[in-house]
Amino acid sequence: MKLKRYRFAVAALAGSALFGLTACGGGSSAGTGAGSASSAGSAASKTEITLLVDNGEGSVKAANAEIAAFQKANPDITVKLSTRPGGGDGDNLVKTKLSTGVMEDVFWYNSGSLLQALAPEKSLVDLTGDAAIKDVDPSFLPAVTQGGKVYGAPWGTAFGGGILYNKDVYSKLGLTVPKSWAEFEANSEKIKAAGIDPVIQTYKDTWTSQLLVLGDFYNVSKANPNWATDYTANKVKYATDAAALRGFEKLAEVKAKGWVNRSSGSMTFDQGMKYLAAGKGAQYPMLTTVISNLPPADAAKIGFFGLPGDDAASSGATLWTPGGQYIPKTSKHIDAAKKFVAFVASPAGAEAFTSAVPPTGPYLIKGATLPVDALPVAKDMQAYIDAGNISPALEFLSPVKGPALEQICVAVGSGQTSAKDGAAQYDADVTKQAKQLGLAGW
Amino acid sequence: MRGTTKRTYSYWFYAPAGVVYGIFFILPTVISFYFAFTRWDLFESHWIGLDNFRQFFSEQSLRSSLRNTLVYAVTTSGLKVVLGMMLAVLLTSSIRLKAILRALTFFPVLVSTVAVGITFSVLLQPDFGIINTVLAKVGITGPDWLGNPTTALLSVAAVDVWKGVGLATVIYIAGILSIPRDYYEAVEMDGGGGWTQFRNVTLPLARPATFTVILLSFIGGLRSFDLIWTMTGGGPGFASDTIASVIYKQYQAGFYGLSTAGNVVLFVLVSIIIFPLSRYFNSREVDL
Repeated sequence: MKLKRYRFAVAALAGSALFGLTACGGGSSAGTGAGSASSAGSAASKTEITLLVDNGEGSVKAANAEIAAFQKANPDITVKLSTRPGGGDGDNLVKTKLSTGVMEDVFWYNSGSLLQALAPEKSLVDLTGDAAIKDVDPSFLPAVTQGGKVYGAPWGTAFGGGILYNKDVYSKLGLTVPKSWAEFEANSEKIKAAGIDPVIQTYKDTWTSQLLVLGDFYNVSKANPNWATDYTANKVKYATDAAALRGFEKLAEVKAKGWVNRSSGSMTFDQGMKYLAAGKGAQYPMLTTVISNLPPADAAKIGFFGLPGDDAASSGATLWTPGGQYIPKTSKHIDAAKKFVAFVASPAGAEAFTSAVPPTGPYLIKGATLPVDALPVAKDMQAYIDAGNISPALEFLSPVKGPALEQICVAVGSGQTSAKDGAAQYDADVTKQAKQLGLAGW
Repeated sequence: MRGTTKRTYSYWFYAPAGVVYGIFFILPTVISFYFAFTRWDLFESHWIGLDNFRQFFSEQSLRSSLRNTLVYAVTTSGLKVVLGMMLAVLLTSSIRLKAILRALTFFPVLVSTVAVGITFSVLLQPDFGIINTVLAKVGITGPDWLGNPTTALLSVAAVDVWKGVGLATVIYIAGILSIPRDYYEAVEMDGGGGWTQFRNVTLPLARPATFTVILLSFIGGLRSFDLIWTMTGGGPGFASDTIASVIYKQYQAGFYGLSTAGNVVLFVLVSIIIFPLSRYFNSREVDL
C-alpha cells in the first residue's frame, strides 16, 4: 500500500511538471509583453503597429515604400510588415486571424464581394466620415461599404481585367487591337499561323483561369445595365442569360480552336508572364496590375485591351477597384492605424507607391496623378476610363461570388466541361455561397 | 485485489497522455458532430438540421471525388504491397550493400510530404522538367503529367508510392526476418527452388505484414490530402479532387459547418471500410 502511494506521488509529480511547463510558457510570453510595453514607454512613447499584406512581389515592394515614407512623416510610429499567401489560402488565413482576434493592426485585402465574407460589421472598424478616408475618391467607396457604413480605404491603383498582349508580336504581324470578338478570332488565327501561341492560360495557379469570364462583365452590363442588381436578387443566372454565358463560351472556344499553349495545365502565373514577355504567347487574359511584377523593359512591351464583345461599336473594359486597407476591431492601436491608412490613401501615399511600383491604372485618391512616363497598360486603361467605356467588375457590384469559379473555369478551359454545364455548375456554386452567407431571397 | 497486485504500474501513468488525447482528439470529434448541423460563419452558428449533409451530397464534384479517393487508395496500397514485398525479398537476401540499400529505400519516408510534392511538381513540369527532358532525349514526348486531367491523379499516386513504399518495405523486412529458417530448409530438402520458397513459405507466413501494409496504406490513401493539394490542388478543374480536398475547399471558402459535415461523412466512410477489413484480417492471422 505504501508503495502504491509512492507511485501515485511520482505520477502526480510528472503531471504537475507537465502543467508547470505550460504555465511557464504562458508566464514568459506575458513577460515579453510587459517588457516591450516598458521599453516603448522609455523611448518617448513610440508606438508599433503591424501591417499584413499578401506576398506578391508588387504588394511587398509597395508596402515597404509606404512604410518608409510614413515613418519619415510620423517618427513616433513604427510599422512592422508581415505577409500572407494570396488566393484561397490567403482568404483562409485572413478569416482565421479575424475570428481568433489576432489580426494585425492594419491589413490589405480585396474590396468588393470578398470583403463581404469577412462580416465587416462585426470584425472591422467603421471609417464612415473618418479623417482616414478624406482623400478617397467617392467612386471607390461602394466597394468597401456594407449596410451604409464604410470600412476601408484604397491602396495602390485601380486596374483593368481583360487581355494583356505582346505589342511586338502584334506589330510584327501587322495586327490591330480587336474591337469585337470576331476580330479577336481573326487575330488569333493569324498569330497561330505564325507559330506563336495565340492565348496563354496558366491553370496551375487556378485564380488566373477566371479572367475570360470575369473580364467579360463590361459586355454583360452593356447588354443589361441592371444585371448586377438582378443577379444579387437571384433573378438572372449565368447559364440561362445569353450575354452572361458568352464568357464561359469564350473560355471553351480558345481551347477548342487550339489557341491555348500546350502546357497550360501545369504552367504557373509567373511562367505565363515570362511566356508573354518573351513573345512565345501573344495574348494573356489577365489583370493589368500584374505588369508591375515584370522588369521595366519587358513591361514596356505589354499592352492591354478590354475583352472584346460581339459588337465592335460598344467596346470597353472591365475595371477592378483597388484593394482595401482595413483595421480590425481587435486592434490595440486604432488611432495610429488610422494615421497609416490615411497616409497610404493620400497623394503622398500614392507618390510613395509610384516610386516603388509602376502604376498600372489610375489611383482613386483625390489629387493623385499618374506619372507622364506611365506604362502602356496604364495608358491603355486610362483611355477606356476617359472615354467612359468601363464597368466595374461584378464582384464590386454584388456580394454574390461562388468560391469554385476558378476550378470550374479550369475545367471548362481545359475541355473537361462544356460552357453551358460550367455556367450551370457555377450557378449552383453561387447558390451554395448565398445560402451559407444567409442572404435574403436564395 | 489480485488484479491490482498483478499490475506493476498505476493507471495514473495514463493520465497525461489521456488528458492530451481527450482535449485534442476526443473532445473536438464530439463537438464536430454538433457543428456539422449548423451554419457556422466566422463568429456564430445557427442550427440548420440536415441542410449541410443535403448540400454536401449534392456537391457536383462529390461523385468524382469519391471515385478518385477509391482509385487513389486502391492504386497506392496495391502498388505499395507489391513493390514493398519485392524490395523486402531483395533486401533480406544475401546481397552486397544491404544496409545502405535499406536506408536508401526508407529515406523518402523521412522527407516532408509538402517538400516532396513541390519537388515533383517541378520535376514533372512538361517544358523544362527533368522527367520530360529525359524522355525527349529518347524520342518520347512526355505528357503534361499534372496538367492533363487523365494523368493528374495517377501521377500523384505514383509519387505517393515512391514516398510510402519505404515504410511498407520495412514492415515486410521485419515480417520476413521473423519467419523461422527451418521452413526454408525444409523446402530445400524437398528440392524446392527459390520460387517455391517464396510462394509457399514467404508469402503465406508474411501475411500479418501484408495485412498491416494494406490497412495502413489504405487508410492513408482514403484520407490523403497533403500530396494532392501541393501537386495539383485537386485539379486541373476537379480531375484529381478527393474527399479530403473537397472538404478543405469548403473550409477555405468559409463554409465551416458544411466542411465539418463533410468530415463527419469522411469519418463514417473510413470507419465503414476499415473496421470490417481490420476484423477480417485479424481473423485470418496465423501463428508461426
